[in-house]
Amino acid sequence: MPSQTDTEPAIRFDNVEKRFGDNVVLHDLNFSVAKGDRVTLIGPSGSGKTTILRLVMTLEEANGGYIYVDGEPLTHEERGGKRVELKEKHKNEVRKRIGMVFQQFNLFPNMTVMENLIEAPVHVLKMSKADAIEKAKGLLEKVGLSDKADAHPLELSGGQQQRVAVARALAMDPEILLLDEVTSALDPEIVGEVLNILRDVANETDITMLIVTHEMQFARDVSNRVLMFDGGKIVEESDPETMFTSPKEQRTRDFLSAVLGNN
Amino acid sequence: MTGLQWDWTMVWESLPDLLLKFVEVTLLVTILGSIIAAVLGLIIAIARRSAPKPIAAVLTFIVNFIRMTPIVVQLLFAYYLFLELDPVTIGVIIFGIHYSTYMAEVYRAGIEAVPDGQWEATTALSMSRSRTWVAVVIPQALRSTIPALGNYVISMFKDTPFLIAITVTEMVRAALVFGGNHFTYIEAITTAGIIFLIASYPTSLLIGRLEKRLAFSN
Repeated sequence: MPSQTDTEPAIRFDNVEKRFGDNVVLHDLNFSVAKGDRVTLIGPSGSGKTTILRLVMTLEEANGGYIYVDGEPLTHEERGGKRVELKEKHKNEVRKRIGMVFQQFNLFPNMTVMENLIEAPVHVLKMSKADAIEKAKGLLEKVGLSDKADAHPLELSGGQQQRVAVARALAMDPEILLLDEVTSALDPEIVGEVLNILRDVANETDITMLIVTHEMQFARDVSNRVLMFDGGKIVEESDPETMFTSPKEQRTRDFLSAVLGNN
Repeated sequence: MTGLQWDWTMVWESLPDLLLKFVEVTLLVTILGSIIAAVLGLIIAIARRSAPKPIAAVLTFIVNFIRMTPIVVQLLFAYYLFLELDPVTIGVIIFGIHYSTYMAEVYRAGIEAVPDGQWEATTALSMSRSRTWVAVVIPQALRSTIPALGNYVISMFKDTPFLIAITVTEMVRAALVFGGNHFTYIEAITTAGIIFLIASYPTSLLIGRLEKRLAFSN
């Protein structure tokens, strides 16, 4: 029998508002991502896609509304009609289920690749060092970098660094993986090596994925839903096939022809 | 005046006294003072970044107060306030505190130079605040700060003659005593100066090499 939380979406945005100063980036945003869904957010830059990922990762805080992860409030909850901030301890517990891969990799340059991979499993999940190393070795093999365990991140190419970053996020066994333009900082010829690994992750796991990318082919291959954003709002939403072959909205068509035209 | 009289025997004769005080006081105060300054400076830098605003503001005021007053005044103040304390101890503490305010600024710059992405990665990995400082921010900040910290150590080293103000017989004071006993000051003072030079110059070269070695390999 499924428990209550199994029926809850992995991520739910409830009237979320985000402003930077006077600039309203997201206004009354509502959407949810079911468990195991792979949702790609597309849209012109400045449309608020990355902000959504950063809100889920608690790197930014919403100015209004609520975000739920597995049905649990992430940073704020409604209590007696008021929006109340939750304790840091609660945020930490929910945050542990979420992993993120960044555009700029953000590996720790003062640590080796292995140290990058075991840091959080050992100190956050309290895994034994031996277990963490064992797990990290398996992940490095998966991303094809078994021979780089003792290297420092800056000795690696951008593509290799990003593969390590994917492994580092997976080492935490996240339920939700956020991918923020993970190939945008890479040379075109090595974009494929990173995307292939992410395709494998998508095929071999049931991790919920929220993806911001300009790689439309990748979005098409991996995701089962695509949300088109413009001006902080969802303009159109459909499966990738429909979105990329017969979008309904003019704004989506304009965006797609601009993006695909550049490729 | 018959011009400068230079007597090499005075150089050799003053050397044992000077070297003794160099090790006993100058070096000792520099090393212990540097350790206090380095640790206290780091604590100040972290507190100014993460402590609640009122505490950070008070700390900033104290830091500025210490930086904007001469070290000799601070030495004399502490000396007369704690007459029962050994002047060398006072020297170590005051040099440590005085230079900690400068080192705190160096650390601050080093901490600010750690990219936002590093902090964000620690959040994405749910790392605790303390672990973020210890494992990620401080190690990265230190690399860029070690050369600047080293230069402050050399500055402190060259400031040690201020200890004369609180009756400490450090190396320069020993040179004056020697000069008084032998009716010639120039040789002993020059020797003291050369000992300073011989000690600082290789240290500065070492810092330069350290700077290169600590840079993240690219």
